[in-house]
Amino acid sequence: MSPSNEDQETVRIHIMGKEYEVPKGLTMMDAIEHSGYRLIRGVGCRGGFCGACATLYRLEGDYKLYADLACQKTVEDGMYLMQLPFTPAGRKTYDIEEIGRDGNPLLENYPEVARCVSCNTCTKACPQDLEVMDFINEAIRGNIENVASMSFDCIQCGICAARCPAEIPHHHVAQMARRVYGKHNLPKSDHVAARVREIEGGEFDESLQEITSLSREVLEERYESREIE
Amino acid sequence: MRVERSNKNQEDPYLPRMRESIEKVEATREERIDQEVEPLDPKTRDKVLNEFHPDYIESAFREVNVGPNAGEMMPKELVDLLEAYPKYDPSEVNLAKVEKEVDVLIIGGGGAGNIAAYWAVQEGLDPSDILIATKLRNGDSNSVMSQGGVQAADREEDSPVQHYLDIMGGGHYANKPDLVETLVRDAPKMIEWHEDLGVIYDKDGDGAMKELHGGGTSRKRLHSAKDYTGLEIVRVVRDEVRNMAIPVKEFAPAVELLTDADGTVTGALLFNMETDKYSVVKAKSVILATGGFGRLHIQDFPTTNHYGATADGLILGYRAGANMLDMDTVQYHPTGAAYPQQIMGLLVTEKVRSSGAYPVNSEGEFFTFNLEPRDVEASMLIRECRDVEHGGRDNGVETPGGITGVWLDTPMIDMKHGEGTFEKNLEYIYRLYTRFGIDPTEDPILVYPTLHYQNGGIEIDNDGHTAVEGLLAAGEVEGGVHGKNRLMGNSIMDYNVFGRRAGIAAARRAKGESEWGEVSLEHVERYVDKLRESDVDMQKRSPMLIPDYRGERTQGRTLDLLDPS
Repeated sequence: MSPSNEDQETVRIHIMGKEYEVPKGLTMMDAIEHSGYRLIRGVGCRGGFCGACATLYRLEGDYKLYADLACQKTVEDGMYLMQLPFTPAGRKTYDIEEIGRDGNPLLENYPEVARCVSCNTCTKACPQDLEVMDFINEAIRGNIENVASMSFDCIQCGICAARCPAEIPHHHVAQMARRVYGKHNLPKSDHVAARVREIEGGEFDESLQEITSLSREVLEERYESREIE
Repeated sequence: MRVERSNKNQEDPYLPRMRESIEKVEATREERIDQEVEPLDPKTRDKVLNEFHPDYIESAFREVNVGPNAGEMMPKELVDLLEAYPKYDPSEVNLAKVEKEVDVLIIGGGGAGNIAAYWAVQEGLDPSDILIATKLRNGDSNSVMSQGGVQAADREEDSPVQHYLDIMGGGHYANKPDLVETLVRDAPKMIEWHEDLGVIYDKDGDGAMKELHGGGTSRKRLHSAKDYTGLEIVRVVRDEVRNMAIPVKEFAPAVELLTDADGTVTGALLFNMETDKYSVVKAKSVILATGGFGRLHIQDFPTTNHYGATADGLILGYRAGANMLDMDTVQYHPTGAAYPQQIMGLLVTEKVRSSGAYPVNSEGEFFTFNLEPRDVEASMLIRECRDVEHGGRDNGVETPGGITGVWLDTPMIDMKHGEGTFEKNLEYIYRLYTRFGIDPTEDPILVYPTLHYQNGGIEIDNDGHTAVEGLLAAGEVEGGVHGKNRLMGNSIMDYNVFGRRAGIAAARRAKGESEWGEVSLEHVERYVDKLRESDVDMQKRSPMLIPDYRGERTQGRTLDLLDPS
């Protein structure tokens, strides 16, 4: 089933307007590389985490403009690919200590969220299937926790911002919301803080000194007989 | 209102012979659900490693001929790059034209690089006196890809001593004890720092961390942010680096370090990959934070790694005289995706097993404890798949992609912990598979070991200093912390602890230097002379920067992983 087999089924695709024939079953990214391109832009983790390979596409005979990640989407016959490796979108600098203590920092820093026309294009374009328009509406209402949880899986590819008629930088709004929530609303862990103070207070100095000075044999014995929780 | 995004067509995503095997898995699930498998005893563990772990295939390694590690065995694919001509074109380089002078130059924009930059500012540097130079975009890294969690011993039932013991045992006692001690001591502090920056960890209502086991841990110590743990940490730190206005130069990897007459590192030669122009940056301290080497596809394995994980930092540092540790071992993650072919080699986080799923063979049987240390677990999977003739048990399921895998019985998770658990805690994995029509809460998934992590790397001390004056290292590029095998959840902590320490140490060193040093490439010329003298057959140029998947080299190509020769 090597893609190079002569009897391999193929599909026709267009990469930035130029036609190529590639083996069926490749991802968009593999198909672009199979066609001879060595990528610098539009490629990153190749696993659906980094958002570098945002790609828009149309299918022959279909007026719609779709969007997906090139590393996660299989090519189909008659696809027209448009790589979108970068989307300019204004990001606000802020002081995490001060922001969010009062008011609605999302609306204050990104007043353009109020320009949302509820077209839902952002949601349709999101390769993570997030309810983008809905969290923008939560942002307008100042419900930071909802924006944080609804946007948690955002990989910041920026397709939403590129497609938005109201020119909202959704991914930046969401990042701000998650940090404000994580910093000011999510309760801190008492046991983490307690352990940090214990370590700083020297509570483990003696036992660490003891274990780091053990011979390999004794250490191995201790490891093999350790109790598993 | 969502669009149908799945790559799915209407047919069963699994082939008929796979479906037959799934039926066997389903038939035994009820009775297996409450069973546990005991971990291997030490003797059997060693035997399995010896017979099945890829590190024990001698023909896959070769000796390094020159440099600080001369005489040691390393993966052939790495030695080919260590013994290669430099990549830069001398006729295009003008060292007299200095583009920028900074206090600290950080090479690499992953977790370690961003964290080092943050802490260099805390140590008193002006952000404008720092530069992060990175090959792709800031944040593009293996760091953002780690899913399952990060270890820190902060529960009452746990202690840094226990964490230390797990790391040393998991690493086969080859680890540098002082680095391990530093990691376990600093770990809770780094988690507290994350909370302070606004990282959203999985917590109970009162703020207590929800912690799980990982392979080889004796206490529940994994902190997670669903299965996007690395992404959450890095995007928060990077967001703060952006707030601090620390300058970043993207698509500009370092292609060599620069040194003065004494061999002290004084800067780096950057290469704009889009314009082919070189630029010279002088620095009082240089931090290598370039990550690992998964994209060398050692022994032809597919990899979980980022496109840019091509060992650049190892090559640059080695030419400048930095020695490496533990480069004779490579980490294969036990559970890489084996099917469908589009996602072959991608990571299926250990958190899937931490959450209660077990590997199951083609007959629907358990064959291993689900949370052995990674090298042992990977070896057990290889043994189960390999044919009897080659010592294996031949209980794998063959895929059209040329590899054979075993099932990871993912529906066990919701059966054990209630419906919805999988989708809530393992959203990335759920998304990864449902895109291809496979619902991991209904059907098991096929897995096989995948090249995951560079256990070793450039030797550092507790503050990230390498053997070379002026050069520090942090993150996957450095070695010593994990010995011969890293445990789950310690790579994130590694790039946090040593990223911070390297940032602070680099800033201190820079503050003590009044002038920038002279810059030359003489160390590279000397290194090439030595290679020539040793009659090494140099075929390549390095650093590699990016892999080449053009044409027939497409990474979706067939890989025959089960040939034990």
